[in-house]
Amino acid sequence: MAVLNEEQSMLRDAAKSWTQEKSPVTAFRKMRDSGVEIGYDAKAWNEMAEMGWAGVIIPEEYGGSAFGYLSMGLILEELGRTLTASPLIASGVGAASALVLGGSDAQKSEWLPRIADGSVVGALAVDEGAHHAPEKVALTAAKSGAGYSLSGTKTFVIEGLAANLLVVSARTSGKPGDKDGITLFLVPADAKGVSRKRLALADSRGAANITFDKVEVGADAVLGAADKGWDILEKTLDRVRAALAAEMLGAANQAFETTLDYLKVRVQFGQVIGSFQALQHRAAKMFTDLELARSAVEAALQAIDADSPDVPELVSLSKAKMGDVFHLVSNEMVQMHGGIGMTDAHDAGFYLKRARAAEAAFGSQSYHRDRYARINGY
Amino acid sequence: MADFGGGDPEAFRKEVREWVEANFPAELKGRPNPMMREERAKPSEAQEAWRKAVGAKGWGTPTWPAQYGGGGLSSAEARVIQQEFGRAGAYNPIGGMGVMMFGPTLLEYGTEDQKLEHIPLICRGDVQWCQGFSEPGAGSDLAALQTRAEDKGDHFIINGQKIWTSGAQYADWCFCLVRTDTSKKHEGISFVLFTMHQPGVEVRPIKLIAGSSPFCETFFTDARAEKKNLVGPLNGGWTIAKRLLQHERGGLSGAGGGGGMGGRSLVDLAREYVGVDAQGRIADPDLRTRVVQHEIEGRSFQQTAVRAMLESKGNSGPSAATSIMKNAGTSWMQMRHELTLEIMGHQGLGWEGDAFKPEELGAVRGWLGGKAFTIYGGSQEVQSNIISKRILGLPDLTQHN
Repeated sequence: MAVLNEEQSMLRDAAKSWTQEKSPVTAFRKMRDSGVEIGYDAKAWNEMAEMGWAGVIIPEEYGGSAFGYLSMGLILEELGRTLTASPLIASGVGAASALVLGGSDAQKSEWLPRIADGSVVGALAVDEGAHHAPEKVALTAAKSGAGYSLSGTKTFVIEGLAANLLVVSARTSGKPGDKDGITLFLVPADAKGVSRKRLALADSRGAANITFDKVEVGADAVLGAADKGWDILEKTLDRVRAALAAEMLGAANQAFETTLDYLKVRVQFGQVIGSFQALQHRAAKMFTDLELARSAVEAALQAIDADSPDVPELVSLSKAKMGDVFHLVSNEMVQMHGGIGMTDAHDAGFYLKRARAAEAAFGSQSYHRDRYARINGY
Repeated sequence: MADFGGGDPEAFRKEVREWVEANFPAELKGRPNPMMREERAKPSEAQEAWRKAVGAKGWGTPTWPAQYGGGGLSSAEARVIQQEFGRAGAYNPIGGMGVMMFGPTLLEYGTEDQKLEHIPLICRGDVQWCQGFSEPGAGSDLAALQTRAEDKGDHFIINGQKIWTSGAQYADWCFCLVRTDTSKKHEGISFVLFTMHQPGVEVRPIKLIAGSSPFCETFFTDARAEKKNLVGPLNGGWTIAKRLLQHERGGLSGAGGGGGMGGRSLVDLAREYVGVDAQGRIADPDLRTRVVQHEIEGRSFQQTAVRAMLESKGNSGPSAATSIMKNAGTSWMQMRHELTLEIMGHQGLGWEGDAFKPEELGAVRGWLGGKAFTIYGGSQEVQSNIISKRILGLPDLTQHN
C-alpha cells in the first residue's frame, strides 16, 4: 500500500466501512438477481455520490474535491473487493476526465457539477468492435449547418444504458485507424436519433451498444478541437484504465483472501487442504504476483497525479500486469474451491466473470503489452 | 533534508566528488570490481590503493557506525557516494559476504568486543569472509547440519564438512553453523567464527556447469574456534542464522540495486540479432511478446522495491517482503538469461574461442551460472514455504522452518 496522506487515509477508511456494511457481495448478488437493466443499484450510487466520490478528480470550482487519481483508486479498490457495481469509473473518471482535460469553461460549468453530485451519469462511447481499438473510429460526424450530424454505432459502452451524457469519438476526417481526424463530442443520451440496446454480459454490469442515426449537435458540442480529439481521448482512456486496474486490484485481493480462508477450513484426507504444499506454493505465487501488481497499479495512479510524461507506459504496464494477475487469481479461486466454486450460490463465479470483463475493457493484456512496446520504440 | 544532519547535501556531494577525483586511480575507470570475478587474480597496485583509500574513509560501508570503521553516514549520504562513484566510473572495492551478510548480523548480535575485533577489518576490506552453512546432507533442510563442535573450555574443536562455500578459497575467516547439542535440532546449533588459515581447514573448489569454481567443499579436521568467537548464546545460533539469511536474500534478490544486471537491454540485443520490421518492431512477434512481458515484470519488480523501501522508512532491517523479492527477482534474472540466449541464437551458445564475442561467451556462462539463483540462499521452494506459512498463515505439518 502506497504511503497515504491524511485525507487519503480517511477516504480509504470511509470506502472500506461503507462497502463492508452497505455493499457487501450479497448486495451485488441481489442487484444481479433483480435483473435491473442499468447494471447497478441506483440507491447505492446516490449514497456514493453523497459521500463525494463522483467528484474526487473534479476541481473544487466545479463541485469536486480534486483529491486526485490515487485517491480515486483507493475508493475503487474497496469497491472492487465487494464487486460493487456503479458508474464511478465511467462517469467520475471517464466523462469527468475528458471534460477536465478538454472541456471549455462553458462545458465544464454545464456538466462537471452534475457529474460530481451524481445527478448526471457520463459514459465514454469509443469502441466499435469486439476489441478495444480507440483509433479505429468509423462513426462519422459530418458538417451540418453550424454543427455536425453523427452517424454510426458504438459497442460495449460501459454504463451506456444508464448514461445521461455520452462522450463520443467520431471521425471528421481521415479513415478508421488514423489518429488525426478524430473529434470528441458531448452528446446528451436523449438526443434525437440516439438508440440504445442493452447488452447482458457475463459479469452482470451495465453495458450497451449505441446507434447514432443522423444525430444533430451544435458546434459547441465539440470537446477540444475538431480533428484533434486523439490527445484528449488517449489521456482520458489512460485515466480510465488506471482506475479500472485499481478496481481489479481490490477484486483480485479479495478473491485471493476468500480462497486463502477456504484453504484454512476445508478438510480432506483428515487435514485442512491448506496444509498441502501443492496448494501452498500456488498461494505463495499468487501473493507474490499481487504484491507486484499493487506496485504497478499505484505507480500508474501516482504518475497521473504528478502529470508525469511516462503516464502512458506506466498505465499499460499496470493494466497488463493487473489483468494477468486477476486472470490467474480468479481461475485459482474456482479451482481451489472445487465443486462449491462451480455453484452459482458461491461468489467465486462472480469474481471469475468480473475478471474477464475487466480484462477486456479498455484494452486487454495483449493490447497493453503491444502498446508498452510501441511506446518504448520496439 | 534531515538526512544530512542539518548539513548541506550539495556541500557533501562536492566533498565526495573532490575526494574521488583525488584518490581514484585513473587506470581503473570503468573497470569491473575485481571481487566480482569468479577467478581472482592478485590485485594490482592501483586496485589495492583504491581499496585502502575507500576502506580508510569507511565509505565502502557508508551507513555502518563510525566507531567500528563504517562511514557513520545517513542513507541519503550513502546514495550521494554511490552516485559520485558511478559518475567517476569507480566501483566500491569493499564488499563480499562480510559486507553483505556477516557484518550486518554481527552488528546486531555481536558483543562489543566482537564488533571491535571484526567489523573494522570488513570495513577496510582487509579480511574476506566465507559462509559455512550448507552441508551435503543439509541443503534446504539447513538445520539438519552435522558439523560438530566439541567444548574444550576456552575453545571448540570442529569436525565435519561444509559445501557450496562461496569463495572459500579466497576467504580469511569463516562464519559457521556447528552442532553443539545432538539431542535437539534447531536448538542444538551454534554460530561460531574462526580463521581459515589453520591446519584443520581444507578447501577444494567445485567445478560447476558454467565451467568455473565459485563454490568449494570445505573440510574441518580438528579445526579450532576460540570461545570468544561464539556469536550469541551456546545453542542459540539458529535465530542468528535466520536473520543472516534475510540479509542474504535481500542482497540476492537485487532488491537493493533494483534488479539491474548491467549489460545491454534485451531490446537492443533483439534489434541486433533478430532485426526489426518496417515499423521498428522486433521482427519475431512471439519473441517480442515475451520480451515485453519480461520488461513489464522487471518494472513491476523495481516498483515493488521502491514501494517496500518507502513503506518501511523508519523501520530498520529487512522486512517480510524480502522473501517475495527473492523469488520474484531471481525468476526475472533467470528469464533474462534465457531470453538473451534465445535472442543470440547459435551465437549465444559458444563455449570458447574467437568465433564468439565476449558478450556472447558471457551469455552462455551467465545463463548456466544463473541456474543457482533459485537454489541458493533458500531455494524457490523454501521461499514459497516461508511465504505460505509465515505470511499467509497456512499450516505447517512438517514442523520445519
